Order: sequence, then C-alpha cells, then structure tokens
Amino acid sequence: MKLKLLLYSLILAGFHAQAQDYFPKNDGVKTENTNFTILENAKIHVDPNTLIENGMISMRDGKIVEVGKSINVPKNSIKIDLKGKDVYPSFIEIYSDFGMTKPTKASDGNGQPQYNASREGYYWNDHIRPETNALESFSFSKTDAEKFKKNGFGVVNTHQADGIMRGTGMLVSLNTEGSEGDRILKDKSANFLSFDKSVQSNQSYPTSIMGAMALLRQTYLDASWYANGNTQNKDLALEALNRNKNLPQIFKADNLLDELRADKVGDEFGIQYLIFGSGNEFENIAEVKNSKATYIIPLDFPEAYDLENPFMANNVSLQDMKRWNQAPSNLMQLAKNDIPFILTTYNLKDEKKFRENLLKAISYGLDKNKALAALTTSPAKFLGEENKLGVIKQGAWANLLITSGDIFEEETVLYENWIQGQKTVLENMNTANLEGSYKLKVGAETYDLKVSGKPNSPKAEVKLGDKKVNSKLTYSDTWMQLMLSSLDSTKTEFTRLVAKVGDNPSKILGRAILSNGKETSFTATKTADTSEEDKKKEEDKKKDILPVLPVTFPNMAYGFKELPKQQDLLFKNATVWTNTEKGIMQQTDVLIKNGKISGIGSNLNVGSAKVIDATGKHLTAGIIDEHSHLAASAINEAGHNSTAEVSMEDVIDPTDIDIYRDLAGGVTSIQLLHGSANPIGGQSAILKLKWGTAAKDMIYTNSPKFIKFALGENVKQSNWNSTSRFPQTRMGVEQVFTDYFSRARDYETAKKTGNYRKDLEMETLVEILNGERFVSSHSYVQSEINMLMKVAEDFDFRINTFTHILEGYKVADKMKEHGAGASTFSDWWAYKYEVKDAIPYNAAIMHNAGLTVAINSDDGEMSRRLNQEAAKSVKYGDISEEEAWKFVTLNPAKLLHIDNRVGSIAEGKDGDVVLWSGNPLSIYSKAEKTVIEGTVYFDIEKDKQLREEIAQQKNMITGQMLAAKNGGEKTQPASKKEDQRMTCDTLETY
Amino acid sequence: MKNFNIKLLLCSFLLSSIMFSQQTPAPVQNEAVTIVGATAHIGNGKVIENSLIIFENGKLTQVLDATTTKMQYRGTIIKADGKHVYPGIIAPNSTLGLVEIDALRQTDDEDEIGEMLPHINSLPAYNAESQVVESMRPNGVLIGEIVPRGGTISGTSSIVQFDAWNWEDAVLKKETGLHINWPNSFKRGRWWLGEPRGMKANETYQEEVLKLKQFFNNSKAYLAGDQKQENLPFKSMESVFSNGKKVFVHVDGEREIVDVIQFKKDQNLKNLVIIGGYDALNVADQIKAENISILAPRPHSLPNQADDDYDYNYKLPKLLADKGLLVGLETSGSMERMSTRNLPFYAGTVVAHGMDKEQALQMITLNNAKILGIDDRLGSLEVGKDATLFISEGDALDMRTNKLTKAFIKGRVLSLETHQTELYHRYSDKYQKEKTE
Repeated sequence: MKLKLLLYSLILAGFHAQAQDYFPKNDGVKTENTNFTILENAKIHVDPNTLIENGMISMRDGKIVEVGKSINVPKNSIKIDLKGKDVYPSFIEIYSDFGMTKPTKASDGNGQPQYNASREGYYWNDHIRPETNALESFSFSKTDAEKFKKNGFGVVNTHQADGIMRGTGMLVSLNTEGSEGDRILKDKSANFLSFDKSVQSNQSYPTSIMGAMALLRQTYLDASWYANGNTQNKDLALEALNRNKNLPQIFKADNLLDELRADKVGDEFGIQYLIFGSGNEFENIAEVKNSKATYIIPLDFPEAYDLENPFMANNVSLQDMKRWNQAPSNLMQLAKNDIPFILTTYNLKDEKKFRENLLKAISYGLDKNKALAALTTSPAKFLGEENKLGVIKQGAWANLLITSGDIFEEETVLYENWIQGQKTVLENMNTANLEGSYKLKVGAETYDLKVSGKPNSPKAEVKLGDKKVNSKLTYSDTWMQLMLSSLDSTKTEFTRLVAKVGDNPSKILGRAILSNGKETSFTATKTADTSEEDKKKEEDKKKDILPVLPVTFPNMAYGFKELPKQQDLLFKNATVWTNTEKGIMQQTDVLIKNGKISGIGSNLNVGSAKVIDATGKHLTAGIIDEHSHLAASAINEAGHNSTAEVSMEDVIDPTDIDIYRDLAGGVTSIQLLHGSANPIGGQSAILKLKWGTAAKDMIYTNSPKFIKFALGENVKQSNWNSTSRFPQTRMGVEQVFTDYFSRARDYETAKKTGNYRKDLEMETLVEILNGERFVSSHSYVQSEINMLMKVAEDFDFRINTFTHILEGYKVADKMKEHGAGASTFSDWWAYKYEVKDAIPYNAAIMHNAGLTVAINSDDGEMSRRLNQEAAKSVKYGDISEEEAWKFVTLNPAKLLHIDNRVGSIAEGKDGDVVLWSGNPLSIYSKAEKTVIEGTVYFDIEKDKQLREEIAQQKNMITGQMLAAKNGGEKTQPASKKEDQRMTCDTLETY
Repeated sequence: MKNFNIKLLLCSFLLSSIMFSQQTPAPVQNEAVTIVGATAHIGNGKVIENSLIIFENGKLTQVLDATTTKMQYRGTIIKADGKHVYPGIIAPNSTLGLVEIDALRQTDDEDEIGEMLPHINSLPAYNAESQVVESMRPNGVLIGEIVPRGGTISGTSSIVQFDAWNWEDAVLKKETGLHINWPNSFKRGRWWLGEPRGMKANETYQEEVLKLKQFFNNSKAYLAGDQKQENLPFKSMESVFSNGKKVFVHVDGEREIVDVIQFKKDQNLKNLVIIGGYDALNVADQIKAENISILAPRPHSLPNQADDDYDYNYKLPKLLADKGLLVGLETSGSMERMSTRNLPFYAGTVVAHGMDKEQALQMITLNNAKILGIDDRLGSLEVGKDATLFISEGDALDMRTNKLTKAFIKGRVLSLETHQTELYHRYSDKYQKEKTE
C-alpha cells in the first residue's frame, strides 16, 4: 500500500520538476531548461586536498559539467560572481532515519514473555529483519530536509532504525524542489545492524548483548547454509541477508565496549562493519585502532553538569566529569592516530549544535582537511558514490556550498547550499557588511554607533556622549531597522530608524520616527572599520580551550595513567602460605621473575629484583573466586531455556570499579559466570583482574572452557511472575538436559557426515559430551544435585563443579563418587525456600568427605572479603587454617583447571601473590599489595595517592564546569549514573 | 480450587516443619554461676585479663580482677582460662523474626502498607521461634531491636532477647523507638520506564519533608485537643512528644542530615538517632552539637560511588567516633537477617581499619545499649546489669576465633545448638558411620 502511494506521488511529482523526458505532458508546452549556470571567481575546494583559487564551475541538469581555472563558457550561460567566496562540496549525512515512519510497537500481549517469533516465512527471530527496505517506510520530509540543508548537507543516507538486523537504507538527495525521482539516488545504499531489538516484536531472545552477538553469528551461519540450498523452507529474511551482503554494512553501537564487540563479530565472518561510535573512542584508542574499522562519530559532546549545589555535585562521578572534559578532543585523537572516521548529526538533540561542536572539535586540534573529508569524500566512498558526491568535479552532482570563507572558522557564513543544481539561500550573500563604527545623526542628536557580529545578524552598541543607549538592530534583505530607547529608563519612549542599505554602507540614509511621533531623516556615517584589536580579542576568547585531562586506564577513578609494568620482585622475610607440602613457612623469601615464581627460601639471588621487606607480613597466592559476576556488561541471556551459544567472554567490562575493589581484597582471578536463569546457561570467562587492561587481555591464555548450568527455583522461574516457559518444575529441568544432550549426540553424528547445519548451541553441548568443556552448575537441594549427576552419567560425562551447592553436605558421598567438586557460600541461607537447609558447616562436611571445596562470592561486596569467608570454615566445622585458606586459592584453581598456573606459591607458577598485613584469614588483616604475574595492580600506598588525585581532578573539573555555566553554557542537572550490580539472579534490562 | 487447597496445605505443612526444630528456651537461673580466669571484655572499653565474674538471679553481682581478689566462688564454677567473656552483642535496627525466608511472601511481615505508620508495632509479628533468630546465638548476638520497615514513618520498634517461647517472653523493652525513613533529595531513575539508571534530583523532596512535618504538627494539635475522635496514628505519637521516646531517622545524604537536625530542633525532639549517615562526616560537628548518636552503615557494604575509597564503609564508624560522636553498628542491607550473626565481625573490620579493639566492641555492646536506651541493664559486664553474656574460646570479633562455649541471657544457660548445627551433626554422623561400617 505504502509502496503504491509512493509510486503515485513519484508520478505526480514528476510534473512540476525537471520532468523526465519520456513522461507525457498535458498541462502546457514542454519547458526544458538547457541553460548552463557558471559560478566564477570562487575559491573552490574540489576535495579536502585540492584547491582552485579563482576558479569556475559550470553546471547543468543538476550536474557539474566542468571545473577549473578557466573553462568553456557556452553562450546560454548564467554567470554568478563569487569573488571572495569559497565553494565546498555539500556534506553527506551517512547515518539517519530521515523521512522514516516510526515502526509500530508490538502490543504488550498477555504479560508473559513471548518465546516464539510473530512472523512466518522469515527467520525464527523477529529481531532479524534484513528484508526491511527503507523505501517502504519513506516519505520525504521537507521540514527535516531544511534542517539538514542549513547545516550544509546535500544528501542523507536513511534507514529504519529498528532491530538487530535492520535491513537496507537508502540514499536521498535533499533537493526540495525536485521529485522523488530526482531525490532517490539509491534505494539500497547500505545494510544496517545494531545490538538493539526491534520494537515491533516482544520476542524475548535475545535479552542480553551476548545473546545478540550469538544471534548475529548464528544468523550468518544459517544464511550461508541457506544460500547453499540446504533448506526446504522459504526464509525471506535469510534471502535478503544474502542478497545484501555486498552492500556497505553499518553497525550502530551504543558505547565503546559494544563498538569493539560489533567489530569482533564482524571479523569472525570476514565483515568489516562501519561502526557508529559513541564519541568515547579516546578512552581506548589502541583498541579502537586495532579494530581497523572506520567509525561514524556523532558530533555530540556531553553537557557540563550543573554543580552549583555541592550536595548534588557529590553525585557526579569522576568518569562522567572527565568525559565532559575530554570528549571534544576525541576527533583530534582519532585523526592523530589515523583512525578513519565519518561525521554524523545523528543523536544530536539540537541540530544547531552541529556546527558549534564541529568548530569546537577543530579548536581541540582536529585537522580541517580531515574534518572536511569526514563530511564529504569519506562517506561518499563508503556509499560507493565517490565520483558523484562529496567532490566538485565533472559528472558529480552539483551539490555545492557557498560560504563567506573557511568553513571551519566561526565567523564564516554559509550563504547558499546548492543541491542537484537547485539553489537554497541560507543567508543573503549580497548583504553588505555593516561592521564598524558610525556617527549616527538623528535630528539634533549625534550618537556613536558600533556594529559588530556576523553580517546577517549584527549587534549594535549605541552611546550618547558617555551614556549607553539601549538599542535593537535588525538587518535583513538589505533593510536595517534600529530602535533606540530613551535615556530615561522609566519612560517607554523609542526612536525608530529604518533605512535601505546599499552596496556601500559607509553612509546610510534613512527615515527616523521620533518618540513624539514626528518623522525626520537620519544619517549614519562610517568613521572606522572594526579594529584589529577587537577582532583579536574575539579570537582569543574562542581559543580559550580548557586543559584536557590525561586519559587513564580505565578512564575513571583509580585508573592508571600508565599501565603498571611487570617487574622482578623479591619479598623478603615473609610468612609464606605455600599451599604445597611445604605448608606455612616462616621468615621466607619469595622471588618473582619474569612474571613467574622462581624461588622460595632464604638468601635468594636478588638480581635486579625490587626488594620488598615483608617482615611481620604474610604472603599468599592470590584469591580466586569460582563464582563471580563482576566485570560484566550482562549476566543472563534469559530468552531461551538453553543458551549454550552465548559467552561471557563477549561481554567483559574492564571498567567495573569492583575489579579494583576485588584487587584491594586480594583477589587475582575470577570465573565470570553466566547467570542462573536457564538450565543450560552460557559459557564462562576465566579472568585475571588486570585492572586497566583491555577485556581480551584479562582472559586466561588457553583458558579452560567452562559453561554454567543451573537448577531449581531460578530456572523454573518460581520467584518471578513467569509461567509460560518450560520447565516450571524440577521434573521438567531433568528433561531439558536429557533433551538437549540427546540432540547434541545426534548433532555430532550428523556433523561426522560432513553435511550439517552448524549450530553454535549444539557445538558447545558436544564439547561438554566430549569432556572438552567443563560444567559449573548452580544448585541447591540434594534431589537436583543427584539428578544432574545421573543425567551426566547417562551421557557419559561428569559435572565438574556444583556451585552454591548449599545442600552438598547431604550428598557429599555421591558427589565424591561422581567426581564433582563443590564451590559454596560460607554462611548464606534463608533467602529463598531452596536454601532453608543451607548450613555454614557445608564446606567443612564436604571437605571432610574428600571433595575439592571452594568458597565463592556471587556478590560484589563479599568477593572482596573472601579471605574472611574462608576463615568462617575455621569457626564452622573446625577446618585447619591451612586448609581453609585453600578454599579460596588452590581449591578454586583446581576446580577451574588452572592449578598448574595459579593457586599456590610454588616455583614455576604465575607470580599472582598477595602481601597481607597479617594472617590472611584474620578479620584484622588487609591486603597491602596485590600482584598478578609480577605486576603490582593494587598497592595500598599507591591507593592513597590515587585518592588525592581523584579529589584534585574532581576539584579542577568542578571549577571548569562552574565557569562553563557562568559563561552561559547549557548544563545538565547533576546525576549519578549507576551500573546494575549483578548476581546470578540478575535479569538485566538490556 | 481443589488443587489450590492441596497446594496451600502442602505449603503450610512445609512451612510449619521449619518451625518445629527450634531449641527449647532455657529455664530461669536458679543457681549462681562463677566464671573464672577468662579475659573479660567489659564492653565499656575496659579489659580484665584474668577475671572473676559472678551472677545470680539473672544479675551480675561481681566483676573483678581474679588476681587481686579473694572473693569466694559461688554456685556453678566455669573455669575459663585462656577464654574470653563478652557482654551479649546487641543488634539494633533489625528485622529478625519479621521475615523467615526472603523469597516467601507468606513469611514476610516487615513492611506494612501506608506512609505514616507510627501505630504499627513490630512486636506482635516477631517470631520468637524463628530459625534465623536462633542462629544468632552461637555467634554471641543475643539481643535485638526489632524494627518495621515500611512507609515514611515505619512504626515502632521493641527490644527482644533471642531465647524465648513467644514474643511476650522475648520482649525486654516495649515500644522503644519510632523509625522514620527520611525522604531522599535524590531518587533512582525508573529504568523500567526508560529513564536512565542512577540517581537524579528528587523534585518532590521538599514536599515529602513537609508532609512529615505536617504529620508531626497535626499529631501535636490532635493530642492537645479533646481527642474525641479516635486517631491511632496521631495518638501513638504521644510517647514521642511527652515521654521522649527515641526517634530513629534513616538518612544518609548530607543535605538530608542537615534537614534532620533542623527537624529535631523544630519539633523539640529530645532523643534522636541517625541510622546510616553515609555523608555524616561532613556535618559531624552539627550532629554532635545536637547530641545525636549514629548507627553507622554496615561496614560490609560497598561504597556508594566508584570514586569513593574502597574502604570507606570499613572505616566510617571509626571516623565518626573520632569526631566525638556516639557510634553504634547495625546490620541492615542485603541478606540482613541471616547476616546479623556477623555483627561481631563488622566490629572486627572497623578494628582492621584503625579502631581500638575494645572501642570497636563497645560499638556493638554498650554504645548500642545506650543508643537504644537499655544501658541500665545491658551492654556491659558491670555489677547490677543483666547477666547476658557469652564465653568464647578466642577473640570474638574474628571469625577464626569466635567459638562460643557458653552463653547466658539473664543468667539462663542458652542452648548453642540450632537447626543448622543439628543438620551438621546429622550428616557428619552419617558419613562417620559409613566410614566405620
């Protein structure tokens, strides 16, 4: 229907524009205009690197015919003199939803989550909509077009911004005089993607970023399976995806971490996305460069916070304050590091900010040529239109900007924006410049008049003698009007002046209407041009750039200015908890060399190692948390009851402050687990808490593979109102496992034949069946623990770890027989029905039964005190201190299959150690140094320094923000951004 | 319907099964007890290395240095050389006994609907047979102030001891304090409506404070009148105005604390306690000048902001005490009921971050007793006070050494067994038997 309407309007529109030559004409005679338009004497910016002084451009039929110093001028030419003016190619907006009708939101349904797709004949997931064609929701919006034109844009790339795969966009000219036939330059210009779900469907999956990533991967796999003709059914979505795979692929990300995630998915399938960035790329420029992607950067900077009220001000984080201070330098950083980028106005709340922010970026050091390329040649190239757009050359569209000078200078005025040869006047370029000082004679009085500001919006200052006269100057279409107030401010009396200003404003003659209603004439005689001094003052004001704070890693409180370096360390005279047969050694030295523990004993050869006096202190292996949800952007993919295809490695957030706090509690490694929403959860990430490094650098090299399973109340969704998903009982939970593993077995059989549809979920399950991936299963009550072991045994594999496992003490013998380990809470219980029999003696009983027992946190607060949680086993169940300490070091290392690298102080192991002020199990002890592979990531003395720096930096930026507010800048109310603190049960609001 | 009934039946069966295994409360003290040789931590900052403690009829009659006294031992003699004696630890601002299992609404009685609820009393809902409550005793936490949580004025708390047949037996002091949740000048973005997460200015803060003031003023006016028309909330405010009932204000922000101080002056409140006071350091002098004491936020909780010191919550009680304030420790927060048994370790944490050990102990004993207005009977090992105390094998503030051998409430010998220790014995025995078979 919409398409028909569009076609109809295309036909109609054809009648009143440069009509297509084969269209019938019934409203008059044919009036084709074949004249040439010649722009002459202009400074022509052909492209960012080519300049023609005093050049000429000829154009006809919306296209450029010739460009050069001296060109052929046919007789039927209309000449326009552009002496003193600059001509640029009009800008290209590569990212917008211009002219799109908003998609219809899906209705709320019955309040229960929707697990199946709403559509038939398409992919199984409603958020995959590559068949969407922007043309079908397009209607040209003249109002919006004018806004773009004002900012200098000539063409806009638009699309329906809805869904994970969003379909194709279209390239539209902003020629408001023409028809759709003229304007639609490309009906399929690019293919668009994002991590955001479609509003047109309530289908649950994916509920998380990692789910969206897995979905993209599976879709690409399925598309090639489909392309090879392996599918019986019709899938219009996959067909479209295959059809559009050679278009430019544009990916909209919402933050820096997501940008890198998008790039990672693309790389896996040989696709280099053009990434819509956040403007925070400067925070990790190395990673951004490493992505090798081109970025689309919105010209949007954060507003200063209003910090006048100190109570409110306390809530703004250093991170948000720094971003305000640093963001204007982002484009300079990208340019400096040769990271290609394209500029966009998308996301800008106020389109007037575009030029303001562009100039700001330039003042922060962005190279002008790179800025011009980012608005012209770069987007043109990506859209495959480099010969038609963004450049002034023969055969290109006559999309031209005429300006009063350098477009990247503040005083420069954009006069005209020509699009496809159609002129739009933004400001009258023939307006005489009124700037200067005048003697203003009105009747008997002589005033001093000073005019400043831009030619088309001048400001007046009027004085009578040394008294200021309030005035208002308006100037348009060569007419000026000046209103003067009476010197006596209690009177509402005005003198009104009006005059037509000729080409030469040195003497202006006009009519004056005095406050008594009498009319007379006035003259304004120019006495001086604006002095250079005044101009310079203005200039200086502009150049007043605030000092930009250095980026830290991460770019927030407690970030490092420079990443700490690995060094050789000798801890002298410590009490060493070895976790080996050597036990707890008194007055012992430990040497860490090249990141490894290389000596334990006395009189060790120091070499070049830094000596740390550890007299009276205790040295231990770093704490390992088997069950953590720190450092993650998402925890649960709750859209399906099995999500083996998702991986926590995809969603590591290296900027979580809890990483630093964990280090301050002596934690060096964690298993970042998927949540417990599904019987079969996602793959784990096993991390070293290398604060300040990139997400990928925290993951263990050759990391053992793990997956999270879950049982009980969470997976049967009994603690929230959801009753539509299988399973709803522990009986069903068993069947979920049996079903998936049966299917995995069949999948493996099919895989061996060579002709099979690659399924990421099944691939993961097959790894489990083959013992290549270990299971850590969230579990509470004895019945379900027993059940899972029996299911595993039926499929001939073993459950590696039961995590939480609060009733493990009831089936410890069975677990021992099965070969499972246990990772439990020290003393949590009674928070739900399935933990009513949880006891703090659990760890002790399981340990005594011969199981490998760890104490875990599942909690950002407890994880930084795991040493104390281990100590509770001494109280509850009389575990020896030496064994209790292993509950949070060696034993979790064993459970994670990393005990060959960490978990004890033994020669050859990683130099992951903690120096404690006293017995590590004591409530009175503090971690003083936390070391990972010989690099000190936490130092209690350094921490003090960092605190001071945080206070100094906040103070400095607060001053800058207050000044910004006083200077009239728009501010935003103080607020505190908060990340969701996550546990197993967190169903994040993605 | 039938189905529903079965479910209900099943449910109540399961629930009631939880309540059966509670330990039998101890009988009243009928014989004197003498503890000799232990290090006595008095609770007021003092220590007696080798002490002699005697109590009779539920009251302490002697607390002496054993090395310098010739006092005759009386009744049962407990030799406690190398052990430590402490006054029973007091948990203020607690919801123990009001909720048994967090996720089960059926067991949840902590939060009544409505805004101004001074007439709501925690005591009738207090479950003296709670398994969570009994699990406090093996760690030395013997006394609690039981507090309702809902509304702006949540209601009235009472103080109980943790070894009783029912709430009437449990109560030590009825209707002790009025609890108010002070409005917040910041509020959390309603992210489920698409607002950004995190805190932003609360536009209605002033209005909310005004409502609270108006309620106080209206109550006063009502009480001054003939009171012909019954008004339970207004009436229940009488003890605040005339008897100086304690007012506990839950408040954290600096601006809010300043407003609370003004409120105290305006309303002429004699006894006001701040619960929380995350930002109280900045206005400590004003707090002190008004004689307001503080129940500091739980040391085992995370700092509010990424920029804050990682150990801010650990050290805050000490920093407040350094300003000359009377500071106690409380336990509210996530998993607050089951974690209240960690209260001694919260005090230990404050020690790790600079506090003197005996002063940290005082924060969970005598200071809490003072703040709750029960220091005439509890909070320290002083003659004339209740014999509510415990013996630990080692330092009770450190989990490694907090091992109770005996505990007493009013001289009664408590069982240190719980639902949890019973399961421990049961399953330890099971495996032991399997081994020997």
